[in-house]
Amino acid sequence: MSDHFEPVIIGFTCNWCSYRAADLAGTARMKYPPNVRLIRLMCSGRLDPTFVIKALAGGADAVLITGCHPGECHYIEQNYKALRRHLLLRKTLAGLGIEPQRVKLVWASAAEGAKLTHEITQFVDEIRGLGPLHWPQSDANGHSQPAETEVTA
Amino acid sequence: MSSQPIPLHLPGEEPAEKIGVYVCHCGTNIAATVDVAEVRDWAGQRLEDSGVVVSRDYKFMCSSLGQELIEKDIKDLGLTRVVVAACSPHLHEGTFRGACKRAGLNPYLCELVSIREQVSWVHTDRHAATDKAKAVVSGGVERVVRNTPLEPLRVPIHPATLVVGGGIAGIQAALEIANAGFPVYLVEREPSIGGHMAQFDKTFPTLDCAACILTPRMVEAGGHPNITLLTWSEVVDVKGYVGNFVATIKKKARYVNTELCTGCGICQEKCPKKIVDEVYEAGLGYRKAVYTPFPQAVPKYPVIDVPNCTFFQKGTCRACEKLCPTNAIDFTQKDELLTVEVGNIILATGYDLFDARRIPQYGYGRLANVFTSLEFERLTNAAGPTNGDIVLRDGKTKPQSVAVIHCVGSRDRNYNNYCSAICCMQSVKFAHLVKERTGAQVYNFYIDMRTTAKAYDEFYQRVLEEGTLFVRGRVAEVTDAARLPGEAGKLIIQVEDTLAGKQRRIPVDMVILSAALEPRRDAKQTAHLFGLSCSADGWMIEKHVKLDPVATMTEGIFAAGCVTGPKDIPNTVAQGAAAAARVLGMIQRREIELEPIKASVNQEQCSGCRICNNLCPFNAILFHEDRMVSEINPALCQGCGTCVAACPAGAISGTGFSNEQILSQIDGLLMLNVARQSAAVAA
Ligand SMILES: Cc1cc2nc3c(=O)[nH]c(=O)nc-3n(C[C@H](O)[C@H](O)[C@H](O)COP(=O)(O)OP(=O)(O)OC[C@H]3O[C@@H](n4cnc5c(N)ncnc54)[C@H](O)[C@@H]3O)c2cc1C
Ligand code: SF4
Ligand code: SF4
Ligand code: FES
Repeated sequence: MSDHFEPVIIGFTCNWCSYRAADLAGTARMKYPPNVRLIRLMCSGRLDPTFVIKALAGGADAVLITGCHPGECHYIEQNYKALRRHLLLRKTLAGLGIEPQRVKLVWASAAEGAKLTHEITQFVDEIRGLGPLHWPQSDANGHSQPAETEVTA
Repeated sequence: MSSQPIPLHLPGEEPAEKIGVYVCHCGTNIAATVDVAEVRDWAGQRLEDSGVVVSRDYKFMCSSLGQELIEKDIKDLGLTRVVVAACSPHLHEGTFRGACKRAGLNPYLCELVSIREQVSWVHTDRHAATDKAKAVVSGGVERVVRNTPLEPLRVPIHPATLVVGGGIAGIQAALEIANAGFPVYLVEREPSIGGHMAQFDKTFPTLDCAACILTPRMVEAGGHPNITLLTWSEVVDVKGYVGNFVATIKKKARYVNTELCTGCGICQEKCPKKIVDEVYEAGLGYRKAVYTPFPQAVPKYPVIDVPNCTFFQKGTCRACEKLCPTNAIDFTQKDELLTVEVGNIILATGYDLFDARRIPQYGYGRLANVFTSLEFERLTNAAGPTNGDIVLRDGKTKPQSVAVIHCVGSRDRNYNNYCSAICCMQSVKFAHLVKERTGAQVYNFYIDMRTTAKAYDEFYQRVLEEGTLFVRGRVAEVTDAARLPGEAGKLIIQVEDTLAGKQRRIPVDMVILSAALEPRRDAKQTAHLFGLSCSADGWMIEKHVKLDPVATMTEGIFAAGCVTGPKDIPNTVAQGAAAAARVLGMIQRREIELEPIKASVNQEQCSGCRICNNLCPFNAILFHEDRMVSEINPALCQGCGTCVAACPAGAISGTGFSNEQILSQIDGLLMLNVARQSAAVAA
């Protein structure tokens, strides 16, 4: 894999906590790599797993899902649904032969610009290590194959 | 999972919308890191197929000239969509939507994408930042095409206000609103209002007596026809949203019938059970099991402290009941739950004092004559446990020498990074009071002197002239281990005097620790209850520290006083009044416009699976058994979108955040729009 691989990552944020954490990271002039492109949802509960699949199918190498800490969701408990969907997504991806680490969930409160910065930086590094996302080839029956062994390397 | 195919027009075909793209320099805030002209040109050329007909840059898009630029294009070029690439929507979404509205374009057909907070401020590589800015603009353009015109929802504002916390901040806010003619519920969890200020004797910088200036306001609040005072009470639940909150308040049983009680105080006198008063007397004095915290308490009715009452614990005693001249004691009272409807809420729950035991080297709790600042306030208070005599822990010896240590638990990486704002002045006040009342030699140990408000530095100068010695240096240790002559029986302050550049040991009789102001121990729970957030330090977060210091991120909930951070009384009072002004502004408007972000079920598409029914935390989704379809009550829906994401039939759509909008934005962020166009050109 080339040393110059720069992943493209789509990040979902919730309006109340993690988007504001991103704002705070900016206001405080913290630095993170430019690989992540953010989308604002009202709540992490809005995250339809289709969005993640579409992003990955459309060329993203990874997806970051962020929201308020458990117990701090602006809509009381919807981030627990995001948590469940995240686990489901990882399973689905693994079933499709894609490294489940390509979807990551991070809780960040409005005060945690530093945490978000750190998590993004780390995630970008991890995905750089994983390399570009390759969708496994479909076999004759249309079932996808497990990914090549690159993951374990 | 639900997803609609994205209807993209074919390259070469006329795009459906006419989009204007506006890229802001924000002075050099954006332009220093992002090549604004390149983004402008790129959007104009490469996003033409998506409908971009004009693309401009400007120094300050948010200025009136910048806004006029957009307005003019809407009118002259017939723009049907607008994308502004500038700062965070949390800052200027309203500004640009307003510009569109003035030019006759529905404000929801405007998207503000952040290339400042999310690009120029967080990235350093100009090339990469410019590329990302293009992607962000591209995402905004694809999304805005799917935006639909929306009308804001208008909801009425209930004219009543809930004020939580009856310190000086809450009292001030409640009085301002009540005096303007509107109803207020003032909820205080202690038996009396007054907060910390009621514990002090003199207040800096004028040294007026705290009780003299506070008590009249407490009495006014207590008797005001527009204020419902609920002491010994706590808010246990809050539902609803701006203009229409429903709060549930637990009114703890006082066991005193307030209709009958005259506040004569005989019960408190006769109650045989003495308890150390940790709250009002800061542990220095006693109260009874039936008590008012202090004689001027408002309201005047006492409460019975159940865990300490002999009757409640052992079934005997009943002294108060027997001796009350009006038979006001009522052991059968129960806690009550009240629900109140209010349009706005002001949080004024104040602060807690840092626990000085956490710094063991200062000896508090171990060395008898080390006092906290609040203990000292009670010592100097004429109505306090020593009638205002400044004496050692033995209750009689006057100190000959006193040390005041500043910044205890503040400006200290091990505890709190922030400055507690009031302790320099409070320590100077202590020095003055000790000098005046005992003639003792006073040493103040400080890191930096911060005396920034009106008449503060003058007060400091005065105390300097009175002969207090100020030693610059953080105290390393307070010890009773005497090593040198003259140290026996004393508390020795070990400090590096950073001005003289040497280590010093100063023996004194008494040490006062100016402890930090900290967030309330239950600040997190309170924040959760009201849907607010706390900063990393634990203080409630205001909407904008500089420009909106008394508003919070949640519309209709305001904050005043020390609940958002350490403040002196003048600032606290100013905030109480400011929060009240904001609330009065809301009440005067009678109704407010809300973001029309709501979900709705397409009844044709709903399969009646009921998956969504249990997902909504606001119970907004009801199921029609007869027709076997779900429906969303727009008054209850808060627009989180969880049900939209969950409906397997794709029957629920969310305004402002539809699947089409989000999927298109993903498309744009990944530049699939541009790739498709290139492919078409190549073909
Ligand atoms: C030792 C000391 C000396 C000081 N001296 C001065 C001085 O001389 N001059 C000066 O300008 N400033 C002084 N200050 C600062 C001053 O105390 C504050 O500015 C002021 O008290 C802040 O008022 P507040 O209403 O915000 O908070 P508080 O006084 O803390 O009042 C908050 C109120 O809310 C109540 N409450 C808390 N939680 C809840 C809840 N969940 N539900 C219901 N009620 C709740 C509390 O019981 C309390 O009554 C001093 C501070 C200290 C520590
Ligand atoms: S709206 Fe969707 S999730 Fe709800 S009952 Fe109908 S089909 Fe099921
Ligand atoms: S969008 Fe959220 S609040 Fe509205 S009905 Fe759906 S789950 Fe409930
Ligand atoms: S609002 Fe942030 S996760 Fe729900």
